[in-house]
Amino acid sequence: MTNALLEYSTVFILSVFIGIEIISKVPSILHTPLMSGSNAIHGVILVGSMLILGSANSTTQELLGFLAVILATLNVVGGFVVTDRMLELFKSKTPSRKAKSESDAS
Amino acid sequence: MSRGTLIDLIYLIAATTFVLALKGLGSPKRARVGNLIAAFGMILAVGATFFKLNDQGQHLRHIPLILLAMAIGTIVAVPAARFMRFTAMPQLVAIFNGVGGGAAALVSITEFIHIKSTHPATYVTLEVLLGVLIGTVSFSGSAIAYAKLQELMTGRPITYPGQQIINALFAVAALALIVTILVTSSSMLLWVLLIVAFVLGIIFVLPIGGADVPVLISLLNAFTGLAVAASGFTLGNNLLIVAGTLVGASGILLTRMMSAAMGRSLSNVLFSAFGSVVTASGDAARDDGRTVRSGTPDDVGVLLAYSNKVVIVPGYGLAVAQAQHVVRELADLLESKGVEVSYAIHPVAGRMPGHMNVLLAEANIPYEKLKEMDEANSELATADVALVVGANDTVNPAAKNDPHSPIYGMPIINAGDAQNIVFLKRSMRPGFAGIENDLLFDPKTVLLFGDAKDTLSKLVTAVKAS
Repeated sequence: MTNALLEYSTVFILSVFIGIEIISKVPSILHTPLMSGSNAIHGVILVGSMLILGSANSTTQELLGFLAVILATLNVVGGFVVTDRMLELFKSKTPSRKAKSESDAS
Repeated sequence: MSRGTLIDLIYLIAATTFVLALKGLGSPKRARVGNLIAAFGMILAVGATFFKLNDQGQHLRHIPLILLAMAIGTIVAVPAARFMRFTAMPQLVAIFNGVGGGAAALVSITEFIHIKSTHPATYVTLEVLLGVLIGTVSFSGSAIAYAKLQELMTGRPITYPGQQIINALFAVAALALIVTILVTSSSMLLWVLLIVAFVLGIIFVLPIGGADVPVLISLLNAFTGLAVAASGFTLGNNLLIVAGTLVGASGILLTRMMSAAMGRSLSNVLFSAFGSVVTASGDAARDDGRTVRSGTPDDVGVLLAYSNKVVIVPGYGLAVAQAQHVVRELADLLESKGVEVSYAIHPVAGRMPGHMNVLLAEANIPYEKLKEMDEANSELATADVALVVGANDTVNPAAKNDPHSPIYGMPIINAGDAQNIVFLKRSMRPGFAGIENDLLFDPKTVLLFGDAKDTLSKLVTAVKAS
């Protein structure tokens, strides 16, 4: 077992615990945005795809790397945009609440 | 500070933003900011990667190709995400997840080809193979999930004799291939593993019914995270390990929370081919020859206009009919007549938890009118009318009364507690889970058949007239 493997395993194990810890209390209405948001975050595979294409030294590698960058970009861009659209609707609707209280008063 | 250290530092900042983002996404107030923080971290990480040197101290090559691929991905993704209809949200998440899994598998394959000549250590090959396996399963599984939700294929579970044995055989075959490749380091077998993993993803998803697909997507999302983490091990990149593992761990927990919201265990969701059989009680209900009472919009309009309290129970039918705006029009009209209106939101109303909240928010329905299940049930006890718009399984009393029903144990909205129940339905067809609903035969129940949007417009007219 090399030092590098040990280092990566440490990072892995600690990340598992953080991953479990940070989402322990999520109201069910946020389950979908949370899923979509974490979907965008694993789009970080774009970094890996760039490194693969950037060090490709055969046509096969270039082709696979090129495809990987396209797919990863879809994941990351689509993921963040969809999540933002979902969450855009969660902002509090103060104007309509005001309209309601006005109509009550009248 | 050397260039490499600086880039690692930027990666560390990006990893931190991902942790903060997941934390933020768990609370309604900070969710949107959380998502933007993660997007910012992602831009930093991708930007820094352009300047990264490889182990031999060489600059990143093929930068024009990278930019071209990114441009293609962006041009496709932005309009798809921007202009999708909100009803199509679950399938869109499925597809964006699937391509991520595909990318992770491709990264692992390419790295394997790249390092094969250097006779890598066994554990490196193992990381590659796990990345290929998990990433590919996520890719093909998400594709089938997409097809089911988009109704390109039946949403019902697809079962055949010996299904679980065949699935198990494929899983064993995949593991056996991994062991063989580790021993022989054959790149030919890698392609075989790819095919087996692809098929495994498909047959794993086929028996899962449409109503359960969102839980499945959440699980596949966690899988993609783990595949990304595996790629991170292979490439020796801490950012990929942290981000992938965060998503993997939190995704599995989220998946369990989602199945718990439906009152079921995860293994029940994945392996029971839920809803494939019409239950005994369902058959009996049909054979009884019991009749349903169908009404006219005019009758129901009067009923609504002279109620004190109306609770609207929206379901996926409302989303399909794009009726959220008409619902709001009806609610506003009733309120102007002094009727108290609220909405009862089941945790899994629509096709994903939270789906209904988003749809109703789109129609500017005030957030505080949306009652979560427990609160809604106490409202319903004193309500004059429960107006069920395109919901079915989430109000099915079989979940409480019939131990043989597949949905037994799922918490439901007690629409039956209201003085009157009005169902807006397209037909007598059972709901997404394929189970007969006794509430439809209740003497307190009136049915209005037709497209939800049409019927609601007629109700608006009727209420105005009364």
